[in-house]
Amino acid sequence: MLYRETGQFKRNYAADQQLFPIFQDKILLAIIVTVAVGVIPFIINDYWSKAILLPFMVYAFVALGLNILVGYCGQISLGTGGFMAVGAYSSYKIVTAFPEMNLILAIVLSGGCTAAVGVLFGLPSLRIKGFYLAVATLAAQFFLIWMFNKVPWFYNYEMSQITAPPREVFGVLVSGPQASPAAQYLFVLGFLAFFTWIALNLVRGRVGRAWMSIRDMDIAAELLGIKPLKTKLLAFAVSSFYIGIGGALIFHIWLGTVEATEAFDILQSFFVLFAIIIGGLGSVLGAYLGAAFMALMPVGLKVVLVDWIGMVPVTAKHIEFILVGSLIIFFLIKEPHGLARMWQITKEKLRLWPFPY
Amino acid sequence: MEFLHALLIQPFVDMVMEPAFFIETVTKGLMAGVLYSLVALGFVLIFKASGVFNFAQGVLALFAALTLTGLMEIMEPIGMPKALVVILAIAATIVVMVLLAIVIERLVLRPLVNQELIILFMATLGLSYVLEGAGDLLWGSDVKVLDIGLPTDVWDINGVFVEQLDVTAAVAAGSLVAVLAVFFTKTRIGRALRAVADDHQAALSVGISLQQIWVIVWSVAGIVALVAGIMWGSKSGVQFSLSLIALKALPVLILGGFTSIPGAIIGGLIIGLGEKVVEVFWYSVHGGAVENWFAFMLALVFLMFRPQGLFGDKIIERV
Repeated sequence: MLYRETGQFKRNYAADQQLFPIFQDKILLAIIVTVAVGVIPFIINDYWSKAILLPFMVYAFVALGLNILVGYCGQISLGTGGFMAVGAYSSYKIVTAFPEMNLILAIVLSGGCTAAVGVLFGLPSLRIKGFYLAVATLAAQFFLIWMFNKVPWFYNYEMSQITAPPREVFGVLVSGPQASPAAQYLFVLGFLAFFTWIALNLVRGRVGRAWMSIRDMDIAAELLGIKPLKTKLLAFAVSSFYIGIGGALIFHIWLGTVEATEAFDILQSFFVLFAIIIGGLGSVLGAYLGAAFMALMPVGLKVVLVDWIGMVPVTAKHIEFILVGSLIIFFLIKEPHGLARMWQITKEKLRLWPFPY
Repeated sequence: MEFLHALLIQPFVDMVMEPAFFIETVTKGLMAGVLYSLVALGFVLIFKASGVFNFAQGVLALFAALTLTGLMEIMEPIGMPKALVVILAIAATIVVMVLLAIVIERLVLRPLVNQELIILFMATLGLSYVLEGAGDLLWGSDVKVLDIGLPTDVWDINGVFVEQLDVTAAVAAGSLVAVLAVFFTKTRIGRALRAVADDHQAALSVGISLQQIWVIVWSVAGIVALVAGIMWGSKSGVQFSLSLIALKALPVLILGGFTSIPGAIIGGLIIGLGEKVVEVFWYSVHGGAVENWFAFMLALVFLMFRPQGLFGDKIIERV
């Protein structure tokens, strides 16, 4: 009886429709928030920030975006890396062109730019679907990366590598090498929390239901009066908006300097796609779990294989490849809904504990 | 004005002024196209016969080439004549590819029978990661030279240089296609393959063994991948980037249609030719390296007008 939903009665629709209707969920969330805001900023150090927490959070952000497109709307995209690059480079252009602008605004604006690019590359989605679209999005990936490498305007005519200038938000330095880990952590956390809240509400509302109907059967959805073009393009826009912000955060906060060909290559696209497959397609929680898994597994493997067993790092990298690939196949076979579904099953089991049927 | 001139006039002037150079570029492009076609051919085979969009085909070529070089490295010190080593290594690699096909069928495809095709597609994505990691782990990830004694000289035909290796690749691709075309249209297995592609369950219910078909078709695709891997490897060494180059087979497929063997060939030639010519003659407009994306953009634009490809079957959907 650790976890029960029976007996938790609601008296009005507002109470019934809240994001976390179950009491235990609220407690869990409260604990997570308390730890995230009240404990971690005080004990965080550079290693934890740059190697574990920031990668996890920025990839959770990007995975959230991709999950909206792939998981909720059913449009496979392999162009994530390209869209992340759009976010990074447009935010770079914005902060260097308007040094006075608040970094938060600059990053949100760069998300807007990415949304526009995303809509552009989403246009073919009306005529083509499935893996045809997946191949078409590869065009976005390769073209955008090439563009950021070739057109000097994007990197201000200096070197093709761009560096995040130091910027303050409300008097606290958050980007650049001098920024404190705690400030950077809280900055990304704020973004993540706010946009997760938006995503949660988006996917359970009218828009989200339209996306899911397109995913489940687009022709039937069209017959029901859902406009496929509008719905798909909205999914592309929202998804790219998130991915763009994620890319901007990767550039400004996590990495500091990026080079389009290295930081946002096609392997990044796969990485994020794998995160949502493992985490759970069509689930906000899944984006978190998948990102945590994909970001932390290499760190864990490195600790175990290289530091403990003493393996050559290159070999460990190959083992990581094999492991990731096998996990993808494993999850597709055994649990197509990923870690998020496993969590749901755990909850259901806890509900009956200690007397299962 | 200057830009328009460079875009619309100068390239054609260059082509006419230096015909030998133009022809050389064209042949180079066509030959690169043959190699794309070879990889695309493997895709088409699997797609035709099982409806699986096999993203791992490029990595399969890499894996085959890696296995071949690795086996040759092991066999060479024994002191056999070179020709024997090559033949033995190729035979052994074919055995490996067939075994691989059996393993893939057992562990990946069989549990996913009757799943949505998009799930199968993502499974092959995972498969490509496994193969890549395994290939590098087994044979090392440094660039290897693959030399199985293919001719590497250059013919000089009235000032136009043609690499013999390219011609060999074209001949190999041509004969492969001929054999496969006969196999698909004239034999019982070929018909069974097409039945499976149409509908897994229907094929099962009329007594076609899905497992057997899948093993056959993945073995054939593995052998095609081996041929592609040998050609690519002899030309530019065996390394990781091979699998990325092989990604170009995807736009080739879109252009040609997923189910058409001639489509794969012609699509490959168009893309190889197009990207070489655009790269060389329009260089002043774009500044180079368009080969990375030209094929994909071409495919994207093409898809807008003809989603089923040049020779593909029209897609009919029902609720």
